[in-house]
Amino acid sequence: MNNKTKKFIRNKAIHFIVLMFAVAIFSFILLELSPIDPVNAYLKQAVVSPEQRLILEQYWGVNQPLTTKVWGWLSNLLQGNLGNSLIYRVPVVDVIVERFKASFVLMIISWIISGFIGFGLGIVAGKNKGGWIDKIIKLYCYILQSAPSFWIGLVILIIFSVELGWFPIGLGVPIGTVSTDATIWQWIARLVLPTLTLSLVGVAPIAMYTRNELVNVLSSEYILFARARGESGWPLIERQALRNVLLPALTLQFQNFSELFGGAVLVEQVFSYPGIGQTAVAAGLQSDVPLLLGIVLISAVFVFVGNLMADILYYFVDPRIRENENLDRN
Amino acid sequence: MSKLLEVDKLSISFSQYVKGLEQRELKVISDLTMDVNDHEILAVLGSSGSGKSLLAHAILGILPLNAKVSGSMKYKGEELTEELKEELRGKKISFIPQSVNNLNPLMKVKEQAIGYIEDESEKEKIQKKQREIFKQYDLSEEVDEMYPFQLSGGMARKVLISTALLNDPEIIIADEPTPGLDEKSVEETINNLVELKENGIGMILITHDIYTAINTSDRIAILYLGYVIEITETKNFSGHGENLLHPYTRSLYQALPENDFKLTEGHQPSYLNIPKGCPYHENCPNKTDKCDNILPELKTIGNTIVRCFNPLDGGD
Amino acid sequence: MTETNKKPNVLIPLNLRTKTLLIIVISALILVSVFLSNFLIDSSSLTSNFLNYNQAPSLEHIFGTDWMGRDMFTRTILGLGISIGVGAFASVISTIVAILLGVLSSVNVVVDEFVAAVIDLFGSIPHILLIILVSLAFGGGYYGVIMAVGLTHWTPLARILRAEIKKIKTTEYVKLANELGKSKLWIAKKHILPLIISQIIVGVILMFPHAIMHEASISFLGFGLPPHEPAIGIILSESMKYLSMGYWWLAFYPGLSLLILVLLFDVIGENVHKLLDPTSAQA
Repeated sequence: MNNKTKKFIRNKAIHFIVLMFAVAIFSFILLELSPIDPVNAYLKQAVVSPEQRLILEQYWGVNQPLTTKVWGWLSNLLQGNLGNSLIYRVPVVDVIVERFKASFVLMIISWIISGFIGFGLGIVAGKNKGGWIDKIIKLYCYILQSAPSFWIGLVILIIFSVELGWFPIGLGVPIGTVSTDATIWQWIARLVLPTLTLSLVGVAPIAMYTRNELVNVLSSEYILFARARGESGWPLIERQALRNVLLPALTLQFQNFSELFGGAVLVEQVFSYPGIGQTAVAAGLQSDVPLLLGIVLISAVFVFVGNLMADILYYFVDPRIRENENLDRN
Repeated sequence: MSKLLEVDKLSISFSQYVKGLEQRELKVISDLTMDVNDHEILAVLGSSGSGKSLLAHAILGILPLNAKVSGSMKYKGEELTEELKEELRGKKISFIPQSVNNLNPLMKVKEQAIGYIEDESEKEKIQKKQREIFKQYDLSEEVDEMYPFQLSGGMARKVLISTALLNDPEIIIADEPTPGLDEKSVEETINNLVELKENGIGMILITHDIYTAINTSDRIAILYLGYVIEITETKNFSGHGENLLHPYTRSLYQALPENDFKLTEGHQPSYLNIPKGCPYHENCPNKTDKCDNILPELKTIGNTIVRCFNPLDGGD
Repeated sequence: MTETNKKPNVLIPLNLRTKTLLIIVISALILVSVFLSNFLIDSSSLTSNFLNYNQAPSLEHIFGTDWMGRDMFTRTILGLGISIGVGAFASVISTIVAILLGVLSSVNVVVDEFVAAVIDLFGSIPHILLIILVSLAFGGGYYGVIMAVGLTHWTPLARILRAEIKKIKTTEYVKLANELGKSKLWIAKKHILPLIISQIIVGVILMFPHAIMHEASISFLGFGLPPHEPAIGIILSESMKYLSMGYWWLAFYPGLSLLILVLLFDVIGENVHKLLDPTSAQA
């Protein structure tokens, strides 16, 4: 391992730790500011005696100063203890692991599909800049970028479940149960429509970006020179432009993890897909503070990983930057 | 000597949007007429940033789509249509661009020089030839595998020249081949270009550097605001410039430090406000009323072509 | 002969400038009329009418009616009005935050690093979760939504302003003004403000569609406006209960209207951008 790689890892590790602490403290304080009363949230309107209530208040640290609470939350966090979910009544970690797996499958499939289709459409549009096919692809992207993703989900639900009847409506699992006894086929059936929605929505940004990037590259001086040397048509794009567009497009796709997660939250809600997004909404609506905090943290990790992958691509694949690394070594 | 390329009344303009989306017509090259023979270097001399490169792009047929072009061109007496341009470029007509920016940053030098060849055996042949030419220009085998950003200025220049030679061109258009190079590389580049000419190539050398023009070319076409104002033999750039017929050309020559260092008043107007009449009339000491309103046509005087109503004769 | 004068083009009666202005004016008119119709709509058309419930779109009710016989077109227009209102409020808040932080970052390196860290922090949590957190922090409802949307949309503009101010500060004329002893305020007014004002305008217009969409999203999820408001998010959320019965219009038209609204803002933003920065129109 050379110096540059070491430095890269060190910087990223420090950044990660600092960022996670910041996210943890920030989100904790935000929820502390809210009028949510953890005791009420826990009790769910059950009637208890004042003594029992006092015990619970002490357990949740209701009347302690903010700094003490933050400190308590952080020290628990460092021990890997995220507390218990109020609505599922099991450790937060268990809920997150279970639900995140489901969401991860949904997100990663959509990510790959939208990446491929988006990149392809972007290349086709950019190559035919100003032509009718470019206009159609641009229109598609504009419309999808302006459409609320949950509405796209609803329209897909109307088409495929209600009108065509290919998929049952309300495939979901009721909130409050963690594991489900679904068979693999049921899982796949559940997965299809949310994945379709998330992929359709995800195509737009990557296609637009690829298109514009290709248009830029095609107007560059090196493409001009390549054309002056007699290169033209598809081979010109394949040889001279594809690589130059692929790298930034892939970088963007990784940086889109945050949007992907946001999309999953909405789409899971529409299709009652038992993933982390739906769980986050349930936790928020039912004041399950420990669970919501845990989900915020895991989502921040997810986003960080996306950005990290983008940086790795940028640092280690681009030959211009690889070369600097050699210079460092000398 | 035979005429390889003739350009007749070529004009290039763009419409442009400025703040508030006002539309504006930008005329970059106006009414340009010139020709180039084999065994000859024709220098096209004009101030920097004036879009001279577009002349090269026009000949190669690689102008941007929003460019408006008029006039005609002939290759060996044959009308140079867009189809013919496409056939010739990179083969009979070669281009040496300005800088390393004209090389794809993510592609190895060798790959770019060879270009796109489908046929494997053909590719091998060209590859061999590429190695030979690179070797002629002192480019080691390591250079083949380099990325453009690893090249020094001089190396990049050599790569660009050798790339242009790969398909045995008849005409080479070189766009500003010297700026940004150290003196030794400039000299080397100039020698290379002259050598190519001696081997029979006809060359259009686009430059803003009067020394490069004088040191390499056989004839010089002088551009002013996109107009050709004089095409004269390079040897006329000597003595006190008695044989230079256009007032602008002569003042340009006389302003050189080793000559009379005579600076003229005034400055070149902007391309956005090309004056009516003769483009040079605002700065011309000999202008008449006619010059204010009417654009002089090109006329031939001896071996010189000049765009002026009152061309100078010998002396001052 | 000069070609530089503007020549009216006979073949295309509208030049790009006129066309762009026209697009902006028309889009803006639509938005304003949607917003104003909020105050003009006779709320009696929203009273429950159980004779007309769950009607498919017809000439009388072009968006159909819901399970209480309410006209969906009226509800949708009201919902869009709310969206524009919330979007406007939130954009004002976000713009103020963005300008404050952008200007603050030019004070010194420490503050600048701090601003960069805050931007980093806000970008590290998925936007929708961040909005949920902030809306919970402010106790939900109207207030929660406006604060949540307003306090989370400033990052792109702040980032642009931070970079732009940094760039301007290193230019020769600002350095010169500094050496001439001009005050910081003078420099900011004379040199910096005129250059960033167009960025701010475009930034604000482009903030709108995001704000509107996020308002609809969290209302849909149930964190936003109270259920009795006819916000688009709530209309769509309610419609889910009726979709299985085949009442597709309950979801389709309100969502489509929101899409068009967002699209109009995007169109305005892009065309204003073209006017202010013509290089973006050349391509």
